[in-house]
Amino acid sequence: MTPRYVLLRLGGLVTTLLLSSMLIFSSLYLAPGSPENVIFGNRTPSPAARAAVRHQLHLDRPLPVRYWDWLTGVLHGDFGRSMVTDQSVSSRVGSGLGTTLSLVAVAAVLIAVLGLALGIAAALKPGFVDAAVNLFTSVSVAIPPFVAASILVSIFSIKLGWFPATGLPDGFWGHLRGLVMPAFSLALISCGYLARVTRNALREQLAKEHVQTAVGRGLPRRVVIRRHALRGALPPIITVIGLQIAGLFAATLIVETAFGIPGIGRLTVQSVSQKDFPVVQAVALLLVAAFVVANTVTDLLQAAVDPRLRTAGRTA
Amino acid sequence: MTATLPAGPETVPTGPARGRAGTRAGALGRRARALYSFLGPSGTIAAAVLAAMLILAVGAGLFAPYDPNQASLLDAYQGPSMAHLLGTDAIGRDVLSRLIYGSRTSLLGPALVIACSTAVGVPLALIGAWYGGLVDAGAARILDLVYALPGLLLAVITAAMFGPGLTPAVVALSIAYVPFLSRVVRAAARQQRVSPYVDALTVQGFGPWRIGARHILRNIAPMVLGQSAVAFGYALLDLAGLSYLGLAVQAPTADWGVMVSDQDSMLRGHLLPVLVPGLLVVVCVMALTVLGARIAGERPERHPLWNRRGKRAGAE
Repeated sequence: MTPRYVLLRLGGLVTTLLLSSMLIFSSLYLAPGSPENVIFGNRTPSPAARAAVRHQLHLDRPLPVRYWDWLTGVLHGDFGRSMVTDQSVSSRVGSGLGTTLSLVAVAAVLIAVLGLALGIAAALKPGFVDAAVNLFTSVSVAIPPFVAASILVSIFSIKLGWFPATGLPDGFWGHLRGLVMPAFSLALISCGYLARVTRNALREQLAKEHVQTAVGRGLPRRVVIRRHALRGALPPIITVIGLQIAGLFAATLIVETAFGIPGIGRLTVQSVSQKDFPVVQAVALLLVAAFVVANTVTDLLQAAVDPRLRTAGRTA
Repeated sequence: MTATLPAGPETVPTGPARGRAGTRAGALGRRARALYSFLGPSGTIAAAVLAAMLILAVGAGLFAPYDPNQASLLDAYQGPSMAHLLGTDAIGRDVLSRLIYGSRTSLLGPALVIACSTAVGVPLALIGAWYGGLVDAGAARILDLVYALPGLLLAVITAAMFGPGLTPAVVALSIAYVPFLSRVVRAAARQQRVSPYVDALTVQGFGPWRIGARHILRNIAPMVLGQSAVAFGYALLDLAGLSYLGLAVQAPTADWGVMVSDQDSMLRGHLLPVLVPGLLVVVCVMALTVLGARIAGERPERHPLWNRRGKRAGAE
């Protein structure tokens, strides 16, 4: 983890963010049909009215200038105004951001705890446990969030009535209760995937000579597993956890819509169907940023954990 | 054409291909046995499931008992019966017929995605691996950028630009899946690039296109096919999710993702029209994952299925 490596990764992060912000900004204005049509709806405006609205939305200025204005605004936390509700985009996005982050956080905890536990159990107990976990992982990696959502709702909301089918109840505990099922449907695929990777990585380590040596030296099984086998299996596990959590941000689009959670995922889907471009741009940029930042953090953690990467950086 | 082929690795005689050249039926049986030994029990089941789905999709008109869009409000929300094996939905459409017709859009979409991204990604990877240098680095940078954008988000932005529909979703996902295929193919092709048989072919005056298409691609074909199958599963999940959100296949059309989004039936406790299409998505994805892993993971260098010329070369 030399400073050079960190700088390189951060440089890559900024470049990716800049390029994707350009892509997101220009794509919506290069779309067929003019953006101001959203405001007029079905009416056909007079040329003067159209020109006035275009001026108000700064559409009469060249694209690079608009991009620059937008980007400097974004860096100051100003994402413009919604074309449908005329609220400021930052306030609309801000109210959903916390909800989405807590949803992703709950799902991330579920993934890490369940995935690691299942994977370790399968690696250490060949036979029945291993087979059972294997069955679970092969099924769960094929269950998309929206199918998981309908299965969970049909069992726990409709048959048993334990959790609300849609929406978030008030208060901290209400929030948590409302987030349980969405987080589960979000986590299911990644859970199975992490369990599989953990199992394979741990198995591979357990078969290696340094683990055999540790056992031969008479170290307690617990210590061998924790300090020798798990430690060595960490790099692939960290990669998978990081990538999966990064991927959760895109999946919130589906889960928040399925459960009626007022986060930025649902806001994205709503704004897309309303063609509310400023909101779509803001949330798309936020989701991409979350995805890219999570990826970069994973890479940096990886380098911090894996001494080989560290020494490679030092000798280079 | 084949007689002058240089002794590339695919012209070495093989073990299992030694069966007697008997009757036509005998040859067919041998072929079936070879296929079975290549796929294994799980792979064979997966292939059979997918073949069944394909037959249902192609012959939907023959198998479906009713018109998928024939509504009859008097028959709404019926349970399973002899007349309607899986019951009817909110406006009295036959669920089984909708499932069978729905397999068309649900499978055609991801098939198009994978066809497009393979057609772009594999040549890109081969060219990059062959020439290396600036071409390779440039392509890798662009692919990294695409890889940084989640496919689902790209599709949602496209839906905001061009309006919801299957075509924009397929185009967006095709772009998003290019790096998924081309990264793996590039790594494999680079390994082949430096192997002695490529040098031998180059010395004999064969051009890069011919070596790439007829030798390198053929040697890595199992891996490409396996990766495509896995990508097909992911694309199916993404497209079904987009249809669920109302951004890909549009509502009256029968489609699995659209069918799962029928929240009203579910909240009335009428679960079959929602859960069965979800189950079909899961089964398809599982089958594709199993089959893909089997095809790619085995990597049978000398398998009869990938070595049609083996016997003749041995006789020479």
